[in-house]
Amino acid sequence: MSMQLESSPTTGDEVISNYTINFGPQHPAAHGVLRMVMELDGEIIERIDPHVGLLHRGTEKLIEHKTYLQALPYFDRLDYCSPLAMEHSYVLAVEKLLNIEVPLRAQYLRVLFAELTRICNHMLNIGSHVMDVGAMTPNLWLFEIREDCLNFFERASGARMHSAWFRPGGVHQDVPLKLLTDIADWLDTRMPRLFEDAMSLVVDNRIFKQRNVDIAVTSKADSLAWGFSGPMIRAAGVAWDLRKAQPYDVYDRMDFEIPVGTNSDCYDRFMVRVEEVRQSAKIMKQCLRDMPEGPIASDDRKVVPPKRAEMKSSMESLIHHFKLYTEGFHVPAGEVYVATESPKGEFGVYLVSDGSNKPYRCKIRPTAFSHLQAMDFMSKGHMLPDATAILGAIDVVFGECDR
Amino acid sequence: MPVLHSAPRYTSNDSVLDTLVAALGSKVVASKEEHGEIVLTIARGEIENALRALRDDHGYQQLMEIAGVDYPSRAERFEVVYMLLSVTKNHRVIAKVTAAENTAVPTVTTLWPNAGWLEREVFDMYGVVFAGNPDLRRILTDYGFEGHPFRKDFPLTGYVELRYSEEDKRVVYEPVKLAQDLRSFDFMSPWEGADYVLPGDEKAAQAAGTPPVAEPKVTEKSGDTGAGEKANAKVADTIAPAPADTGKQDAGAPDPTGTRPDRGPAGGARANEGTGSAPEGS
Repeated sequence: MSMQLESSPTTGDEVISNYTINFGPQHPAAHGVLRMVMELDGEIIERIDPHVGLLHRGTEKLIEHKTYLQALPYFDRLDYCSPLAMEHSYVLAVEKLLNIEVPLRAQYLRVLFAELTRICNHMLNIGSHVMDVGAMTPNLWLFEIREDCLNFFERASGARMHSAWFRPGGVHQDVPLKLLTDIADWLDTRMPRLFEDAMSLVVDNRIFKQRNVDIAVTSKADSLAWGFSGPMIRAAGVAWDLRKAQPYDVYDRMDFEIPVGTNSDCYDRFMVRVEEVRQSAKIMKQCLRDMPEGPIASDDRKVVPPKRAEMKSSMESLIHHFKLYTEGFHVPAGEVYVATESPKGEFGVYLVSDGSNKPYRCKIRPTAFSHLQAMDFMSKGHMLPDATAILGAIDVVFGECDR
Repeated sequence: MPVLHSAPRYTSNDSVLDTLVAALGSKVVASKEEHGEIVLTIARGEIENALRALRDDHGYQQLMEIAGVDYPSRAERFEVVYMLLSVTKNHRVIAKVTAAENTAVPTVTTLWPNAGWLEREVFDMYGVVFAGNPDLRRILTDYGFEGHPFRKDFPLTGYVELRYSEEDKRVVYEPVKLAQDLRSFDFMSPWEGADYVLPGDEKAAQAAGTPPVAEPKVTEKSGDTGAGEKANAKVADTIAPAPADTGKQDAGAPDPTGTRPDRGPAGGARANEGTGSAPEGS
């Protein structure tokens, strides 16, 4: 930080010139490693230059050197707050190139867990957004719910965060019935109680509203031009949700509402997420009600490996298992762009295949890239402490932004 | 081909390709519809005009992504791929241009403000220059990074690694040293795809001119020498039958050297010195 006192050439008075501060890269409100070079006029933000890439790991390059199945766990590590939503885009992209049919139970399981991931992600974002503007308690209560979610992930896949559970052709393994009944009980009792309790502290809170209402207002046209998606564009009043507009898996069978904002400020973005949690719970209940029995992965043995028990008696299964876990499956040549509604917005995968067992190119479209780019435009003229509220309402995670 | 997958389903592609190709006219170099994606290849100089027409006349309001792809074998090795989305028509279309290292692509920051970072990323990763982009800095790589890491000829490990140096009290950059070679497994079946010499099979290619053998030699039993019938008969004679049990114990292994009575005590020269000097002192 530098501050210089200069005297004005005309009046001789001392004037304070603008000064530049570094926000981050090690700042608790930066939600990871974000460095923002801020030019301030007093406490008013004149210009923000976000520096991203401090968490760049070259995921896309690494994926080019792995088989399609080996590339899957990298997606868990992109947005580590909503890992299954990241996998969802990738497996759908691979399935689109393969044109392979996924059994109905697997589609229901994917939707069920994608929505559980959405709740899990929003718990973190709502909680940290509230904490960024000064409240402590709701975050602690919301992390109770997040902990429950992580326990459910563990019971389904064996891993709390990096599940690698969605696979091309279905899911990795079936879930026990007790897990489904436990999720149903949790949705009926514990989750709404904790969530509504925490929200009762926040949504009508005067301090919270003072920090968020009318902060970073964007017009509908600007939101479209800046490539906004997810809660950011819904808060601007555009009822655009890929789950509804471009349904994938069994979202077209689900009955749910798209919450939209009216004012397109940080408060609306927050409230859109709050309502999305309720809608996600509604979708999950429908999944649990309608989920059929049946296989959880395609029976195409050239893509999906056989069950362990089959391998004990069938030579053919043993060969398939060996080939699929060493060489992997081959994907027909072509290019697709598949985007799904991740909790943060449109998460896309542009997959180019050359017909071999490894992706030729896998471009990941992070949600945060377009949103963070608009940081300068959204913060201009606001106060320095508003930057944390704006950043919290963007819902940025650097594993995904920097890849 | 019927659609079996459950990937996102948007408005039908029916006649969209023809409409767009007709509307864009000579700006379109090539077009195709594969895997349910409409891909338009645009002449490089016309990309800005073509995308403006798509945005203003055909309702593709949003630019979701710009991706770079590297095809080193092509004359113009890079592809810059633009993903467009129409929220009113609920449709997606892919537009792309080709570029070489020294040919600039016109910027589309004039159409969409978020193209700035997306173009910066393609420039950072592939070195494609965008003419007219007001802020074409690197974005994801380190400050002071050299090279374009997503090019196919850039090694996966990179060229430099960095560590914190306790002596210099700062982060230092050094050439990459791998404790173990980078392993790149190739699981392609040699019967199906591999067109290289298998390890240990180098002589196979050189020996291609040798005539085929009428009767291959086999040495499966101990009597088969591979040197003909005569040799086999001779060997069969000399192979000793299993020795009969005479009841006598074979000589066993010798005892440990330390307890041999005909040698001095174990321990070497120093031990001998110690024992030798003791009588003198007493």
